[in-house]
Amino acid sequence: MGLASLSANLLLVSFIAYLVATLFFGGAVKGAKSEASYRNHRWGNVAITITIIGFITHLGYFITRWIASGHAPVSNMFEFTTAFGMMLVGSFILLFFLYRTPSLGLFALPIAIIIIGYASMFPREITPLIPALQSYWLTIHVITAALGESILAISAVAGLIYLVKNIDMTNPSKQRFWIEAVMFTLVLVLGFVLSSTTFKLTGYEAKFTYIDKNETLAKIEYNYPPLFGMHEYEAQTPEAMTPWAEMPAIVNAKTLTTFVWSIATGTVLYLLLRLIFRKPIAALFQPFVKKANSQLMDEIGYRSVLIGFPVFTLGALIFAMIWAHEAWSRFWGWDPKEVWALITWLFYAAFLHLRLSKGWEGKKSAWLAVIGFVIIMFNLIAVNLIIAGLHSYA
Amino acid sequence: MSKIKCKCGHDNPFGTVLCEKCGRPMTEEAKNSEVVDMRYEGSARRSQTYKRSIIDKIWNFFSSVKIGVSIIIAVLATSAIGTLFPQKFYVPVNQESPAELLAYYERLYGFVGTLYYKLGFYDMYNSWWFKILIGMLGTSIIIASVDRVIPLYKSLKKQRTKRHPSFMKRQRIYGAGPSENADESLAKAEEKLKEMKYNVKTENGAILAEKNRFSRWGPYINHTGLILFLFGILLRGIPGFYVDQTMWIREGELRSIPGAPGYYLENKDFNMELYSKEEADEVFGKAIDRVGSIVKSYQTEVSLYKTKEDSLPGSTDLEHVKDYPIIVNKPLKFDGYNIFQMDYRQDELKAMTMELIEKKTGKSFGEFTIDLDDPKGIYELNDGARVDLIGYYADYDGVENGEPVSKSPIPNNPAFIFNMITPEKPQGEKSFVAIRQTLETQENAYKVKFVRADTRDISGLTIRKDKTLYVLLLGGLIFMIGVIQGSYWNHRRIWIQKGEGEELLVAAHTNKNWFSLKKELDAVKDVASLPKYEDRQDNESSTEEEKGEK
Repeated sequence: MGLASLSANLLLVSFIAYLVATLFFGGAVKGAKSEASYRNHRWGNVAITITIIGFITHLGYFITRWIASGHAPVSNMFEFTTAFGMMLVGSFILLFFLYRTPSLGLFALPIAIIIIGYASMFPREITPLIPALQSYWLTIHVITAALGESILAISAVAGLIYLVKNIDMTNPSKQRFWIEAVMFTLVLVLGFVLSSTTFKLTGYEAKFTYIDKNETLAKIEYNYPPLFGMHEYEAQTPEAMTPWAEMPAIVNAKTLTTFVWSIATGTVLYLLLRLIFRKPIAALFQPFVKKANSQLMDEIGYRSVLIGFPVFTLGALIFAMIWAHEAWSRFWGWDPKEVWALITWLFYAAFLHLRLSKGWEGKKSAWLAVIGFVIIMFNLIAVNLIIAGLHSYA
Repeated sequence: MSKIKCKCGHDNPFGTVLCEKCGRPMTEEAKNSEVVDMRYEGSARRSQTYKRSIIDKIWNFFSSVKIGVSIIIAVLATSAIGTLFPQKFYVPVNQESPAELLAYYERLYGFVGTLYYKLGFYDMYNSWWFKILIGMLGTSIIIASVDRVIPLYKSLKKQRTKRHPSFMKRQRIYGAGPSENADESLAKAEEKLKEMKYNVKTENGAILAEKNRFSRWGPYINHTGLILFLFGILLRGIPGFYVDQTMWIREGELRSIPGAPGYYLENKDFNMELYSKEEADEVFGKAIDRVGSIVKSYQTEVSLYKTKEDSLPGSTDLEHVKDYPIIVNKPLKFDGYNIFQMDYRQDELKAMTMELIEKKTGKSFGEFTIDLDDPKGIYELNDGARVDLIGYYADYDGVENGEPVSKSPIPNNPAFIFNMITPEKPQGEKSFVAIRQTLETQENAYKVKFVRADTRDISGLTIRKDKTLYVLLLGGLIFMIGVIQGSYWNHRRIWIQKGEGEELLVAAHTNKNWFSLKKELDAVKDVASLPKYEDRQDNESSTEEEKGEK
């Protein structure tokens, strides 16, 4: 077995380990009678052990892929997102040993699973490095930035637990609406993974030529039935469906098609879940967070921002500037990815100031943590896929 | 300014909330509150004290965290809007022409694009309002920090070990209760606290244990770093601190380096290399199959020259400095300058080789080569024939008013007018020759035939000199030190003192991470049998404990 395929298998093992560990964390939370037993529950110990095994195989994936390709596996969407998922689990393990709360695992692991699932939808083969990426700063900058983001993401997990626990789900309110919106978004990501996998398994393909925004002829291949056609498209695969509408040159109709399919699948999935359980998804989780101490969740949320913020600054701004100066001759060029890293940083700076000086704790702070995660995800997904810039490698 | 005298005898500056020494509440508001606001130790801040003159008002405006956060959010929002469409400098049209820019945004983004342009969002980060926002952010950082750090420093320095019970009672963590042997408890607590690396002070039956006070200075240190960083950016306006030039240099060319007087650069060779299938093997093979070709490197082999020191001004007497291959991520560095590989154009025409032939027989009079940068007038050929080049259009763009015109001096589409002189036609025959096209005024007996073209590559380089980088780097370093200091350590204080009789009072405060503080306090409590305390912000664990006890 070659290193590359060993690497892929290790990733699969860790994916399964996280799934199993989630179930055990669920058991630990449900089974515990009091707060003390909840902290040191037998199921909880099993769960964290499995999580650590998963994390080690995940690390094994990372290292073997590194050896196989000769560069740190953080050079495209699949690699970066997978590494981000790995670090999210790592950060969770760190905070678990600081605070010993199984509820955190029950929420952090599914988010990591969704992230890894999302990553696997991108081309997975090992790519050689283009000139701009051939630098040891790739390793230093990307790994530090991803680590910072993953620690910051834990604060959103703690915030989510805080909100699910403390928002009254029995009466309609703004907060109830928004917490359910967060859950709905998570289901949409599942919808993307589900629809993408389905069409991949059936081997769907539709090829087109089109005129791009620089008015030159280009080729594109869809893996979804093309709902929307590119600018002045011409079908190359006769048996594929005819797009409903043609898009102007600035709109990537392929991305739009994927997006609409994911939304549709996700919405159907969400409605099914609502039909089966007859409850908002957030309410479904409420029994699992009852034993989590709100004050502690607030503290974890704050603590992870405190731990993550300096790491993020170092990786996503300082190292980024040093590398940008080496590779692109300027340390700052207002590239969309750079701007969104700055926005993330400014946002968490605002978070810290509001908390320190204006006493924004509890729900307000939890909401801010969730919004912070949304910004991080926006930078990872939308900026790479929609707003094209120098960082669009995938 | 009048001082406020506390009952303990200490003179506090006007505006103090909690006595700097003993902690007694000084204002009505503090006296009435259950848990006192411990931010900045209840010290007298200028912004909270003086509110009359214009200067006070400006000071108070910028010292407010609410205003600071609003400015942060404003910068954040404007930055985000700037990423909606590409900024001006990423748009591939003439940067100096507003009409072309507007047309670009209009063509691609329609009405919204026009609006984006008209509102100035297309050059967001150079707009005056963005600069003003950054200026306000800097001002806010300075004023808000100074407003807080000085009184905080003073009151932490003046704090007394023994506090007034009214101060203890108003802490978030507070407990009071009878003790069997208060003195023994205090002694044990002192020992335990020292073991936990606390700095312990005692005074007359009272303990103040303090740890990591330095972490309180973290925010002010990181703000200093930020200010230094912003200052570094301002420095770029000073001439000589900052050079940013580009140059296009052809293979074989020797040119002076723009922005670096006295230096010359020769482009010896430009190469673009692709990953080959063979070296890619099984690891990268799939990726190359999917994407097509992937570039491995862009490289310009250069020689750097410098005018000799003792040479006269304006002379081109050069000395060789060094040879260097410039690749992406590895700029050429000399004398504070960096030269980066940024762009390239391949296969520009360099020379064209032609042949003169007799149409009827196909007889050749030999070949001649035209250097497109410097075409000669006359090319002598065999058997007494010659070709005179009487017209050259480097970038031929059709005929205007009966004259061929050239769009630019770059040989993208060269065209020539030749006069072919042969023994048979000593007057010569005229012919217009462009790529894939020959025009004759009358039927000629001879023609110039294209044989081959030589091409060369052009390398696009950027020249930078940035003396401010060290200031920026230092600013970043100081920021990191400050932010780590403030985030990874927390300032903790535990007060234990005797109350009435054998009663013991316990209070504790930290600027963050209460969970760990409570763990440490629990450890002391167990050893020294201190009274039970309560965290007045955590309602859940106290109720849970009660339930557990039932």
